[in-house]
Amino acid sequence: MPSTNQPGALMDFVHRSRRGAELFLLVIALAVGVGAYAAVGLGVQGEVPVNIVGYGGWLALLVLAAHVALRMLAPYADPVLLPLVAALNGLGLAVIHRIDLAKGNDTGGSAQQQLIWMTLGVILFIGTLFLVRDHRLLQRFTYTSALAAVVLLLLPMVPGLGFRSSGAQIWIKIGGMTFQPGEVAKVLLVVAFAGYLVRHRDALALAGRRVLFLDLPRGRDLGPIMLIWLLSLGILAAQRDLGSALLFFGLFLVLLYVATERPGWLVVGGALFAAGATLAYFSFNHVQVRVKIWRDPMAYIDGTPDSRQLVEGLFGMAWGGLIGRGFGEGSPWRIPVVESDFIMAAIGEELGLTAVMAVLVCYGLIVERALRTALICRDGFGKLLAVGLGSVIALQTFVVIGGVTALIPLTGLTTPFISYGGSSLIANWVIIALIARVSDHARKPLPEWTPDDAEGENETTQVVRLR
Amino acid sequence: MSELTLFLIRFAYLAVLWIFVLAALSVIRTDMFGARLPDSRAPRGARKQNKVAKAPRRRGAPTHVIVVEGANSGDRAELGDIPVLIGRGPDAAIRLDDDYVSTRHARIAASGDEWYVEDLGSTNGTYVGANRLTEPLSVTVGSQVRIGKTVLELRK
Repeated sequence: MPSTNQPGALMDFVHRSRRGAELFLLVIALAVGVGAYAAVGLGVQGEVPVNIVGYGGWLALLVLAAHVALRMLAPYADPVLLPLVAALNGLGLAVIHRIDLAKGNDTGGSAQQQLIWMTLGVILFIGTLFLVRDHRLLQRFTYTSALAAVVLLLLPMVPGLGFRSSGAQIWIKIGGMTFQPGEVAKVLLVVAFAGYLVRHRDALALAGRRVLFLDLPRGRDLGPIMLIWLLSLGILAAQRDLGSALLFFGLFLVLLYVATERPGWLVVGGALFAAGATLAYFSFNHVQVRVKIWRDPMAYIDGTPDSRQLVEGLFGMAWGGLIGRGFGEGSPWRIPVVESDFIMAAIGEELGLTAVMAVLVCYGLIVERALRTALICRDGFGKLLAVGLGSVIALQTFVVIGGVTALIPLTGLTTPFISYGGSSLIANWVIIALIARVSDHARKPLPEWTPDDAEGENETTQVVRLR
Repeated sequence: MSELTLFLIRFAYLAVLWIFVLAALSVIRTDMFGARLPDSRAPRGARKQNKVAKAPRRRGAPTHVIVVEGANSGDRAELGDIPVLIGRGPDAAIRLDDDYVSTRHARIAASGDEWYVEDLGSTNGTYVGANRLTEPLSVTVGSQVRIGKTVLELRK
């Protein structure tokens, strides 16, 4: 981590709190969310939805609650994170509502369900900020969270609890509610990787033998974390959730590279990825199917294997063009399960490339703020945590949008904050809360020193006021 | 609803979306250049100076740091304008031959009148008294900082 050694990185300037700027951005973010809802009503039903005040009010209340929580619990947190997330979530809700309308669910469809999940997400956001007052506390739970992540990943394989849906066995069902424990596991794994690597980073980077051009670390340094990682990858492969496996692989590689500053890891990682991908190709039938469809989607319309989802998505985006058909003028319902994995295709069809690029810039900014936080953060654990959480969002966005636009073979993952899917939404709200916590700590001015006159001249300890 | 109205609605919405993105970018831009110490901090700093002047005089600021225990006993470094880096690496101001010390282990730097010691993410930690440092801690003359098997002391 090179930036720790810059002279003056310690205390050259102070960041301002910027909560006012955040509020200003939140107002525009609300306009994005509520505006999309109104535009859906106007386009599909020909009138502004009757419940626009209630809906807009509820959205505003949620966003304001998160804002007030930041003001009270993390006053120096990054001002752009929450508005970006609020705008993406609002846009997602409106698009899901539009798909509901197309399917004939005027009230109480997936959009209402998603709004409930968003409420839960904001509650968890505030709860995380409240409980995790200092992100370094999480470092104590390095091994606990690794264990918890593995247990969560195993839950869907418990008979009676887990169930299989569209090929992947990644869901659990409790009392009629379905949940994807892997989404929570990814946050826990970031904590585990960051906590482990920050403690063993010197040993990993310096001790060990040199093989060819690469310094291999000792087995006892790399072993435990390698074990956790291979275990989680194995579980995901057994559940046929290759999207998450790809996410965890990339995450581990990024953190290892950032922690040790060894570019050799990228070479090794690339080779491992090639080997793993080849192995997966020959051992899983559905990987071969996905690759075939990716190489020539048009050849498999209405055939076996079926590429209708991808092809309809591509048709939709082409039909949308530069500025889209407008809400209500497209036909996004033609794409199977459009509200989860393929929501970007629906946005591309009805709002066009212009909106898709705006959404991509928003994701880029979230990741940029996470990396920025890592750069200015003063402790190694916070750096790795911020990098890890940022790269989770980056990788997930890349894998799913790359799949939808046929840049890479399609693997199922949700588009963060936009897709329909409760587990993913609340996990991502927790990720944002953690990044906000680290950035609050990184941007906050150093504790001020106050002279304690009562102790007289002989004191050797000083009172440091923590704000 | 007429074709034109729908087109205007669509266009207005895309405009709102991009206004949001551009506003977010401009906040990031001002955040980058607006984070300056002298402007926002100067008045407060001045106030603090007065308060310190009124308070009984302290025993003066430390001028150097010296190794009092360990293999490099006697090594010293002056506390000047630039932060003092302590570690096993070649760029350290105090270079310690101690297996328990990291390459870039800790740093002593000034903020205003105060000297702070900060751990740079070392493997074995930096201790002041019995406490392992988790964030920069203010130190003064006579403070002993333990790094691996080495003890450093701030002196006048």
